[in-house]
Amino acid sequence: MERPLTQNIRPGEEPLDLKGYEAAGGYRAARKALLSMAPQDVTALVKASGLRGRGGAGFPTGQKWEFLPMGPDAPRPKYLCCNADEMEPGTFKDRLLMEGDPHQLVEALILTAYAVQAEVCYVFVRWAYAKSARLLEKAVAEAVEAGLAGRNILGTGFNLDIRVHSSAGRYMCGEETGLLNALEGRRASPRAKPPFPPVSGLFGKPTLVDNVETLCSVPHIVNNGADWFRRLSLTGEGGTKIYGMSGRVKRPGAWELPLGTRVREILEVHAGGMKEGYAFRALLPGGASTDFQVELDVDLDFTHEPLVGSRLGTGTSIVLDDRTCPVGFVLNIERFMARESCGWCTPCWSGLAWIVKTLEAIEQGQGRPEDLEILDRHVRDLAPGHTFCALAPGAVEPLGSALRLFREDFERHIKEGRCPWK
Amino acid sequence: MITEDDRREIEAAAARVPVRRAAAVEALQVIQKRNGWVSDEDLRAAAGLVGMTVTELDGLASFYSMIFRKPVGRHVILFCDSICCWIQGYEKIVDGLCSRLGIRPGETDREGRFTLLPSPCLGACDHAPAMMVDGDLHGDLTPEGIEAILERYK
Repeated sequence: MERPLTQNIRPGEEPLDLKGYEAAGGYRAARKALLSMAPQDVTALVKASGLRGRGGAGFPTGQKWEFLPMGPDAPRPKYLCCNADEMEPGTFKDRLLMEGDPHQLVEALILTAYAVQAEVCYVFVRWAYAKSARLLEKAVAEAVEAGLAGRNILGTGFNLDIRVHSSAGRYMCGEETGLLNALEGRRASPRAKPPFPPVSGLFGKPTLVDNVETLCSVPHIVNNGADWFRRLSLTGEGGTKIYGMSGRVKRPGAWELPLGTRVREILEVHAGGMKEGYAFRALLPGGASTDFQVELDVDLDFTHEPLVGSRLGTGTSIVLDDRTCPVGFVLNIERFMARESCGWCTPCWSGLAWIVKTLEAIEQGQGRPEDLEILDRHVRDLAPGHTFCALAPGAVEPLGSALRLFREDFERHIKEGRCPWK
Repeated sequence: MITEDDRREIEAAAARVPVRRAAAVEALQVIQKRNGWVSDEDLRAAAGLVGMTVTELDGLASFYSMIFRKPVGRHVILFCDSICCWIQGYEKIVDGLCSRLGIRPGETDREGRFTLLPSPCLGACDHAPAMMVDGDLHGDLTPEGIEAILERYK
């Protein structure tokens, strides 16, 4: 099985430096693209590969790149922003890539910036990933020293200034336009769209924002081609995925597997199954902002997850076991969402706070029968279309599905006036 | 008081961006790195350097959970209270920390050695429950193991 994204990663060891990375075949793709391909050819290749965003939204990557204006009349400078603000609860995949192989990401930034002709790149790293930031800064300095980044890269006249920005910590910074506001020294509130960032983004210039894992696939696509990339996946969607699993499983962790790997395989083979004494009940397949599912025989990818009412999201699952209270589980997630809401849209800051108060009452045995209707209504009112960004719609995905799948558990809390798990 | 070194570092950050306010977070981080937190006096000085009003910069500083507008202890403990750490019983770890330090989350102990704060998911879900002390990540925590970790931070 091919594992292109993690091929150089050795757990517990320092990542490869420039020399080591080049010896392992690194910067071959950057040389190939900059010396023998037109920028549009790189974009066309990525589009043909079928690569879709790994940050949670799953937008087709090549298509997004095409939205940036090209040619001599395009506004300058264009910006590339790498979203490394990994803060989705249950998600720890981008950390693995940045700490394990920082040069792979730097090469990906060079290739992507070249494809869209961006001159300045920001890597937006969350504060808790100080090690990632340090390793990336070192890798960038090595690449500049070797003439692979900075001014006049490989003598082609292409310039790319790569800067690592360490965030001061807010979930909203991971939202595409919140990230741009944060870089401009504003609160990370979302922006109205349109205009979308490829047209008017950072400082009003065309801007591409892509997730770490998404970008890391790019060097391999340039090296091996679109057909090779498509064949990596089991279901034709292209590529591998860093899947993760946590909760009461025997071996929580993250593994690079073909996109479209079955949920059951991830749980039973890679995570080693449930811990002794615990039974599987459900899982959130792609971080805290995805719907619960009870089905295990599903291909964990963009196409098949919606068939069971959920979505791939970040591809890192959180398992609910039979000895954990589903109401308490959802309450924990909604507390996070309410705390991290930026306060920009009323349905979000007000609605999430109300959800938390209602869930707290139920969990503490003070719930009333009509509380479930109040929660149902919030699931509808916070659905897509009522807020500027996806925080609130994401927040009610686990809630809405829990109300559907575990309604009896909610009702038992209210009827018995206590949490049956305590 | 903002130092000459702070001023130089903030000026350099502001010179790298198209508008000075884009260096605001970095300015706050420079001050906090030296002083542990951002005082009103330092915030006023920083606002002038990044071309923002004091209110604007305070609005930004208070937006971020990792900019401290109150004094903190010599070491800051950030315990993860998100879902994976909750499943694995982070509350027992926090109870242990609270009774050991004699404080509640949000407070600093009497010697000014530790400040205890909750944190959203630290991205260490495969090693839950987890916490960070001064930027060092500690995972697979047990109530019994806390003392040995705290001993490393004097």
